[in-house]
Amino acid sequence: MSADWVGVIGSGSFGTAVANILARNTKVLLYVRNPETARTIEKERISVHQKLADNIKITNSLQELAEECNILFPMVPSSGFKEMIRELAPHLRPYHMMIHGTKGLVLDLPEKKSSDFTLSKEHLYTMSDLIKRETVVVRVGCMAGPNLASELAKGHPAATVIASPFNEVIQKGKNLLRSEHFQVYGNSDLRGVELCGVLKNIIAIGSGISSGLGLGENSRGLLVSRGLVEMIYIGQALGGEISSFIGLAGIGDLVATTFSTNSRNFTLGYKIAQGKTLEEALSEMEETAEGLNTIQLIKQLGDSQKLKPIITDTLYKILFEGMPPKEGLSYLMRLQTSIDINVM
Amino acid sequence: MQEKDKDYTKKRYGQVVPGGINQWPIVELSKNRQAFIREVAQDSIERIKNMATSREALIEEIETTLFREKLRVKRNPWAVDPEDDAKFLSSIKKRLLDISQIDDKKEIDQYLDGILNDIIMRYSSEIAGNFKKSRYRMARSIITFGFARLLNASRARGFWSIFSTQYTLQDKINITGEVEELRKLATKGTIIMVPTHFSNLDSILIGWVISTLGLPAFIYGAGLNLFNIKLFAYFMNSLGAYKVDRRKKNLLYLETLKSYSSMAIQRGCHSLFFPGGTRSRSGQIEKRLKLGLLSTAVEAQRVNYQNEKDNALKKIFVVPVTLNYNFVLEAPELIKQYLKLQGQERYYTENDEYSTSYKISAFLLKFFTKGSDISVSIGKAMDVLGNYVDAEGMSYDKQGRSIDTREYFTQDGEIISKNQQREDEYTRMLSERIVEEYHRINKVFASHLVAFTAFVMIKQSYKKLDLYNLLRLPEEDLTLDYDLFKSKIEQLLAKVKRMAGRGEIGVSPYLNGSVEEIIAHGLKNVGMYHAKRPLVQNKEGNITTDDLNLLYYYHNRLVGYNLEKYVS
Repeated sequence: MSADWVGVIGSGSFGTAVANILARNTKVLLYVRNPETARTIEKERISVHQKLADNIKITNSLQELAEECNILFPMVPSSGFKEMIRELAPHLRPYHMMIHGTKGLVLDLPEKKSSDFTLSKEHLYTMSDLIKRETVVVRVGCMAGPNLASELAKGHPAATVIASPFNEVIQKGKNLLRSEHFQVYGNSDLRGVELCGVLKNIIAIGSGISSGLGLGENSRGLLVSRGLVEMIYIGQALGGEISSFIGLAGIGDLVATTFSTNSRNFTLGYKIAQGKTLEEALSEMEETAEGLNTIQLIKQLGDSQKLKPIITDTLYKILFEGMPPKEGLSYLMRLQTSIDINVM
Repeated sequence: MQEKDKDYTKKRYGQVVPGGINQWPIVELSKNRQAFIREVAQDSIERIKNMATSREALIEEIETTLFREKLRVKRNPWAVDPEDDAKFLSSIKKRLLDISQIDDKKEIDQYLDGILNDIIMRYSSEIAGNFKKSRYRMARSIITFGFARLLNASRARGFWSIFSTQYTLQDKINITGEVEELRKLATKGTIIMVPTHFSNLDSILIGWVISTLGLPAFIYGAGLNLFNIKLFAYFMNSLGAYKVDRRKKNLLYLETLKSYSSMAIQRGCHSLFFPGGTRSRSGQIEKRLKLGLLSTAVEAQRVNYQNEKDNALKKIFVVPVTLNYNFVLEAPELIKQYLKLQGQERYYTENDEYSTSYKISAFLLKFFTKGSDISVSIGKAMDVLGNYVDAEGMSYDKQGRSIDTREYFTQDGEIISKNQQREDEYTRMLSERIVEEYHRINKVFASHLVAFTAFVMIKQSYKKLDLYNLLRLPEEDLTLDYDLFKSKIEQLLAKVKRMAGRGEIGVSPYLNGSVEEIIAHGLKNVGMYHAKRPLVQNKEGNITTDDLNLLYYYHNRLVGYNLEKYVS
C-alpha cells in the first residue's frame, strides 16, 4: 500500500491517454488485461499509437494493482466492466477510491424473472452503481467531459469534470489530473454526470449519420439541440439533475462528440449513412462505440416505462430495423414540436 | 395455529450484562451527570465555534437563536417548559446589547463566550436524561407486573385470576427477528437501535422490549412533548430518556443535542432514537430519515477508532426495528395533520396535539383487556456503513467477504481522518440502508392487507378524483362486493407471500389461515378502537367504511412496495 502509485485499468486509447495525463503528477501503474499485450507494451513503451510516459509501469495483475494503489481509474468499455470489477473486487478494501471514465450502461436482469416483470431504471446500472454493488468501495466518482482520446494524446488544451458525492474524491481527482493543459472541474451529481456521458453517445451517432448524408451544419445544429432536450428528458427519468446537462460533461461533451470525426460514435453513424450495414461498420472499427449499446438499452427502457425518446427510437430503427438512414433523419428533421424547450 | 406457536414463542431472557445494573454504562453516566453535562457543553461550544468561525458570525447565530426562542415562548409554549424561559431570554438579550458598549476585542470575545456558555449549559441540562436505578426497576415492574395482572384478569376471568401467571406481556407483544444476535452484540459493542415511529406509545413499548430482552437500559431521544404528559414523563425519565425538543431548530440547540448523543455513544451507552424524527403522519413506513442524530452514530464510530479504544466496545452496531400495529391510537389526528400539511408545510408548527394521562390509561386498559396484538421485528445488525454484521460483530460485504469498518474512515489507506463532508455522505447512505431494512422486516398483518386492498379498490373506481376529492366522498356510497374483495385479497396475499419467501417483507402468522379467516381477522382488528371504524362488514356481508381518512391511513402501511397493481 503506497500513496505514490495511482492505478489505471484498461490500456485502450482513453485509458492510455488518462495514464499519460496522470503521469505528469504521479507514478502510474497501468493494468493491461492480456499478458501478451502487456509484454509488448512494456517492451515498446507504446500503447494504441501513444508513447507512454517514463513513470508508467505496466502490470497484468489486478491484485498487484489493488495492493499498490489507493486510487484506481477504471477505463474499460462497459461490455467488459462487470467482469473486470468482479475479478478486482476480492482485492479491494474500503479505503480505495475509484474514478471511472466509462460512458456506458449495463443492463442487469434478475436471474429468475417473475411473470409480472417489467424493465425499470433499477435494472440499468451506471458504472458507479456496479462498483458500489460489486465491491466494498464507496468513495466512487466518474470522469466525464469533452475528452476525445486522440486530442488528449496530442496534449491539446482540454478540461474534464470529476463527479462524486464525496468532496475528497473530487479533490484527489483534481490534484492528480490537473496540469497546465488540462483543467478539472468538480460536480457532486455523480449520476447526472455519468448519464451525460452515456446519453450524448446516442446523439453522436445521429450526428454521424447526418454528416454521412451530407445534411450540413443547420441540420446538425437542430439535431444537437433537440438531442440535448432528449438527453435531459431521459436523464431526469433516470435520476440525474438538469444542471449537469448544461455543464462541461453535458453540452460540452455533446458538442465535441457530435462535431468530431475522431469520435467513435460519430464514425459509426457516418459509416451507416454511407450505406454500410451495422456488421460492416463495426468490423471496420478498432474500439467500441458505446452509443450502440446505449441506444438498445434506452429503447427497451422507453418501451417498458412508456417514455418516448424520439431520436433514440428513430436511430434504433435505422440501426436494427432496416430503416433507411435518409428516411429516418428526414423524419426527425421534419418533426413538429411547437415548444423549443419543455424540460426545464 | 401450529405455525403461530413456532414463530411467536414466549421466552425468558437472562441479563446480557452479568454484573447487573451497576455495570451498565448508563448508570455510570447518571452518576456523573453534572460532569457529563459540562463535557457535552464544552464539546458543543467547540462545534459551534467551528461552524461560526468569525466573531460576527457567532453574534449572528446567538441573535438568531434568541429571536427564534422568543417566538417559541410567545407562540407555542408547552406545559413542560421552565417558567423562567422568558426571563432567561431577556437577560441574554440585555447582555448582547451590552456588547456594543465594549471596545476591547478580547473583552468582547470573553463576554460572548460567557453568553454562549450559559445558553449551551441550559440546553445541555435540559436535554440530559435523569436515569435512576431505583426508578428504573420500579417502572419496569409496573409495566411488566401491572400489565400482566390486567391481562390475566381479563382473559381468564374471575377475580382470583389476577394472581395468575398464565399470561404475560409477551402474549400481547410478540418479539421476532434477530433477538439472539442483538443480545450477543450488546456485549461486543455499542448498539444503536432505530425503530419506526407510529405512536407515542412506541417509546414505552420499546423500553419494555429492551428490558424484556435482558439488555441494559438504553439512553434514548424522546420528544419533549411526551414529557407534557405526567404518566409518560415518569416512565420516560425512569427508562433513561433524554429530551429532544423539536420546536427548537436553532443551530446552538441542534449541536448540543448532537454532542449529547455522540458523547453518550462514545461512552458505550446503547442508544435509541426514532430516525424518522417524528411519528409517521401518513401511516407510511418512513421513507426519509432525519440525518442529525444518525450522523452522531457515524461520528462516534470514527472517534472510537481515532481513540484506538482497546476495550471491546469500540464498534457500533445499528439495529433497525419495526413496530407493527393493528391500531394506532392517534391515527385520526395524525392523518388529519398529514393531509393539512401536504399543501402548506411551511405554516405548520410542531404541535402537542393530544393527550391526557387519562386518555392514555383508558387506551392501555382497552388494549390489555381486549386484544389486538403488536409485533416488534428486530432487524439484522449493521455497521455504520450499512454492512451486515455477524453475531461476533464482524462486518461482511454483499458477497460475504469480511470488511474492516475502520478502513472507511482512512485517508490514503492508513491514517484515520475526520472529514465532515464524508461523514455526512455516509450518514445519508446509512439512512437509505435503514429504510431498506424497514421495508424488509416490516410485518404484514391481516388488518394491513384488508385496509390496503379496500382503499386501492375504492381509488380505482374513482380514477378521475385526486386524493383530496376522493377522501371527501360520502362514506355510505362506498361499498365493496365481498366476493370481489376476496378475490383481490387472494391476489395480493399470493404476491406478499412470494415476497416474504424472498425475504423482502415479513408476514404475520395469521396470514396462514384460509382467506375468509384472514379477512375476518383483518376486519376485526384494523383500527379496532376507533369510534369510527376504517372497515366494517354490512348486513349484506359487503365491505364498507365509516371513516375514509382512517382507511387511507391504515392502507398507507403497505405503500412503497409497488403492490397496487395486484389489486387491479
